[in-house]
Amino acid sequence: MSTTKTTQAAAPAVEVDRSRDLSQPLEKLAPEESLKFHSDYLAGTIATDLVDEITRAVDENNNKLMKFHGIYQQDDRDLRDERRQQKLEPYFTFMLRGRLPGGVCTPEQWLKIDELGRLHGNDQFRLTTRQTFQFHYLDRNALREVMIGLRDVGLDGKAACGDVARTVMSGVHPGLSKLHKQVYEQARIASDHVIHKTSAYEEVWFGEKPATPRGDDEEPFYGKQYMPRKFKIGFAVPPSNDIDIYSQDLGFVAIASRGKLKGFNVVIGGGMGRTDRAPETYPRLGDVIGFIEVDQLVPTLDAVMGVQRDYGDRVTRSHARFKYTIDDKGLPFIKGEIERRLGFALAPAKRFRFDSNGDQLGWTTGDDGLEHFTLFIESGRIIDRGERRLLTGLRAIAQAGLCVFRLTPNQSVILSDVAPEDRPKVDALLAEHGIDNVPTKGRSALRLNSMACVAMPTCGLAMAEAERYLPDLITKIEGLLETHGLTEEPITIRMTGCPNGCARPYIAEIALTGRAPGKYNLYLGAGFHGQRLNKMVRENVGEDVILEVLDETLGAYAKDRQDGERFGDFVIRAGFVAEVTEGRFFND
Amino acid sequence: MSTPIPTLTSEQQDQLQRLAPTVDRDQAIWLSGYFAGLAGAGTAPAALPADDGAAAATAAPAAPAARRLTVLYGTDTGNSREVAGQVAAAATAQGVPAEVADMADYKTRLLKDEQDLVVIAATHGEGDPPPSAIGFFEFLAGRKAPKLPDVRFAVLALGDSTYEHYCSAGKQLDARLEELGASRLADRVDCDVDYEDDAEAWIADVVARLVPDEPPAGAAAAVPAGGAPSVDGAASSNGAVAHGKKHPFAAPLLENVVLTGRGSSKETRHVELSLEGSGLTYEPGDALGVVPQNDPQLVEALLDRLALSGDATVPTKQGDRPLREALTHAYEITAGTPRFIEQWATLSGAGELEALRDGDAKARFDYLHEHHVLDIVERFPVPGLDAAQLLAGLRPLQPRLYSIASSLAAAPDEAHLTVSTVRFELHGRPRTGVASGHLARIGDAEDLDVPVYVQANEHFRLPADDVPIIMVGAGTGVAPYRAFLQEREARGAEGRNWLVFGERNFRSDFLYQVEWQQLLKDGVLTRLDPAFSRDATPKTYVQDRLRQAGRDVWAWLEDGARIYVCGDATNMAPDVDATLAEIVAEHGGKGEDDAREYLSALKREHRYLLDVY
Repeated sequence: MSTTKTTQAAAPAVEVDRSRDLSQPLEKLAPEESLKFHSDYLAGTIATDLVDEITRAVDENNNKLMKFHGIYQQDDRDLRDERRQQKLEPYFTFMLRGRLPGGVCTPEQWLKIDELGRLHGNDQFRLTTRQTFQFHYLDRNALREVMIGLRDVGLDGKAACGDVARTVMSGVHPGLSKLHKQVYEQARIASDHVIHKTSAYEEVWFGEKPATPRGDDEEPFYGKQYMPRKFKIGFAVPPSNDIDIYSQDLGFVAIASRGKLKGFNVVIGGGMGRTDRAPETYPRLGDVIGFIEVDQLVPTLDAVMGVQRDYGDRVTRSHARFKYTIDDKGLPFIKGEIERRLGFALAPAKRFRFDSNGDQLGWTTGDDGLEHFTLFIESGRIIDRGERRLLTGLRAIAQAGLCVFRLTPNQSVILSDVAPEDRPKVDALLAEHGIDNVPTKGRSALRLNSMACVAMPTCGLAMAEAERYLPDLITKIEGLLETHGLTEEPITIRMTGCPNGCARPYIAEIALTGRAPGKYNLYLGAGFHGQRLNKMVRENVGEDVILEVLDETLGAYAKDRQDGERFGDFVIRAGFVAEVTEGRFFND
Repeated sequence: MSTPIPTLTSEQQDQLQRLAPTVDRDQAIWLSGYFAGLAGAGTAPAALPADDGAAAATAAPAAPAARRLTVLYGTDTGNSREVAGQVAAAATAQGVPAEVADMADYKTRLLKDEQDLVVIAATHGEGDPPPSAIGFFEFLAGRKAPKLPDVRFAVLALGDSTYEHYCSAGKQLDARLEELGASRLADRVDCDVDYEDDAEAWIADVVARLVPDEPPAGAAAAVPAGGAPSVDGAASSNGAVAHGKKHPFAAPLLENVVLTGRGSSKETRHVELSLEGSGLTYEPGDALGVVPQNDPQLVEALLDRLALSGDATVPTKQGDRPLREALTHAYEITAGTPRFIEQWATLSGAGELEALRDGDAKARFDYLHEHHVLDIVERFPVPGLDAAQLLAGLRPLQPRLYSIASSLAAAPDEAHLTVSTVRFELHGRPRTGVASGHLARIGDAEDLDVPVYVQANEHFRLPADDVPIIMVGAGTGVAPYRAFLQEREARGAEGRNWLVFGERNFRSDFLYQVEWQQLLKDGVLTRLDPAFSRDATPKTYVQDRLRQAGRDVWAWLEDGARIYVCGDATNMAPDVDATLAEIVAEHGGKGEDDAREYLSALKREHRYLLDVY
């Protein structure tokens, strides 16, 4: 990336507050900034901690640094109290998230992920809302083996967590295969461009001593302090907004003409995370600021990320995402600064249209003549459960080499690029392993448009259940849907165990974020294709109240909806909830 | 016929009340033997011994003895030491001054000059002497042992008849002393775990033979039935009963948690008991005697198989009790003993049992290992059995000893235990250890008491505060080290502390993990090397960690460190011993014999200490 830093560049055109950003000395900034600065480019003392025999944890600082390598320390919260009484340390395990630009995964890579999940990840792995895979339940002492296994098939954990640009998303639209390939190519280029370059990764995980000690040129773009917070980048292929472009820090909407990629509309400033009872935090949808040509992509990445790197808040981490930088400095200033760095003004945005942020399930024939099967996977969990043997079935398909895997932003998977003659073989293998998609009783359109984060027992942030509870709650909601004749009606529902928003709850038509065991905030009224935030209608309530509110609103929707009207639009029109026009009004 | 209750004059009462608060535990034991001896001789002493307690008697109350008496004991649990004290006191009371010596400290060069030698020898594990007495046994068995033509001796052997090599250490000594030319003063008596009555009778007999000009015959009869009052009966300063083995303290259960995490192949418990108001104190390294109760299901199964009524009254030492209660509280009903085989062979007339009774000890031992009391009574029914016939074959229920895992400095008025629950299957039936099963069954029930007493363990003590220590322990063997570290932390002891801990799995079996982590963080624990045998291949045991750290082990030893080994006696302790010899040879640049001698010297200097079981 470009080595340009604002501190060296010409002064910006407008005078802005610089008291909380990179220009300030470390002692004025959050402790994380000092940690990063003194970490020898993310090496820390991770290697020492990995062989500590007295604990299976790592220390607090190394845990923070390991996030940049794709790893979070967690512990089994179901066992926390029990083990405390037993005078044993918590049951520490690690989550490792891979970098998988655009969610495209070869059969060889799938088989390796499957193998590592079976060996070290409690016989399973998980597909994430950012189109990648993650392992849970990893023993600290197995981390190196897993990292080496990933490297062997060209995968890594770089930039899966931490204050860097995260794994880059790309819409999966199976019907527009030719365009998808072109966009995916750009997503790969973007991902390889924005990941951090430190040799600490190879040193810690593979024991490869760097040729020269890490010095000032180790991270030409990031420098020693990396980004103020995470930075999310995604590419959407209209008319599908499956990646939820408005939730990305930096989004690119593919603009094509007759199947050929022309360029991108640039969207900046989306983000989901917020904190309960902290009104200064809020989810925000991105703003479309203009259009770039395909060959302007890399300079645009540098310019946009550079602005956030240099102006982002490094004092208060809950206020450090790009969305706050934009609202603090004002969109015109930010856009002007981006254009100043680019050296040209952005062209006006092109027209585009989204119709959904969900997945089109089942078989689709692509415009390249190949077949693509989109498979719904509840909460993204690849595991054998009863008759539905997803882990084994997908392994069999990978072993047969019948497809490329494309992970969707809704935690599902597309068995893509299947030759037409192989379609029956895929069908047979799916059937053999009890895997199907049929929207039948117990699998409403609502369930097929559901997402949940992991939450309990592994996530340290969770205050309530999500993945383990949402399927049961949906079963109860399905009773209401049946009563009101809405079983076939696609409605988006998302649940998270905390307000941070990993499953992008604030752009779901129905959303639940955890407050305490069994207690959730209930939100309604988001746009069906992610174009509008929802709003809280009940705070800190249990299942009975949730079902009561949903029964009332779904009943009214069934009775009074207009032709083609979405549930999220209806509840606003019918006055159940006020419309949220901008993120900063979310808490009003 | 009734015996009048003896009363003390008010002057005697005054004297007793002045004396009682000033005596410590050892002195009380000594006094009990002393008065017992007086009773046996029927004479009053000229003067009370001054203040040396059991260690040495300075007064010669009656006619001066022609010969000198040494009472030598080898002990693991402290029982032999108590008996030795009683022997000395009884002899002193009869005008025979006695020296009491622990084999662990005894200067073997004195042996050839001994005159009368009374030996109280405990047997440990598979027929071995107590670890602290090994040096003495080796000397006596070796070529350097002197001829002892002028020595008279008597041996009392303590043991446990459920072991194959019952009282083996005492038997060895008895035979070897004879071989060395000494003359036997009285026949050896082998005592089972309920040794008290047999020991008392034997003491009376031996003491009678020691007294000059006293005809040996009939001396034993002079000892009144019931023998010497136990220390347990002695009044303490506040008038309450002092707690000991015979009068354990009902300690309220404070906590009882399973330390081993889910998925463990073991169940190890942490038990906290309150000693508040008991007057009981202990030192780190001491053990707690726990009086268990038998499994009620086992009691019912036994009653059922034998067609006996649990409500029938039977005599016990505590008076008449229902049979169910007697079987629960008073008798060993899990593992059988040779006594039980003998009794059951007679009752059932079964050929198999008669053959075992008359056969060799090994076969009997193997059979008892495979067949508990319940299995034997099922296999060989005795129609029309009465309760007394059953009880005649059973041993009294014995307390079990556990190393105390706490320090009074850190947990005042408490004693913590680390207890591994013994569970296994035999003939398709689940079985549990008697005491560990009892502690597991009671769980953390409230308002529950566990009868306990303190058993001193003089051979397993902390050194001076500035001395470094290496603590090697596997499984529950880590218990005394928790006490050591609590004590050293409370004292602010400067000496370095190194723990080498072994168990099966890191995740579930790292006993007291968070406490060690904190002690490391606070600098109390200098170093901790854990070994987990089932986490990875090759299996790693404590001796492997010692070997890996051999250079440091050697450096610590050369710096004057003490090394402790606690836990399994069968495999771990010998493996650790062999590894230490290797380390001394390799890092100390010594030959095999010199390395061995180095370790022997450590043992002699009490710098290499074992508490293994």
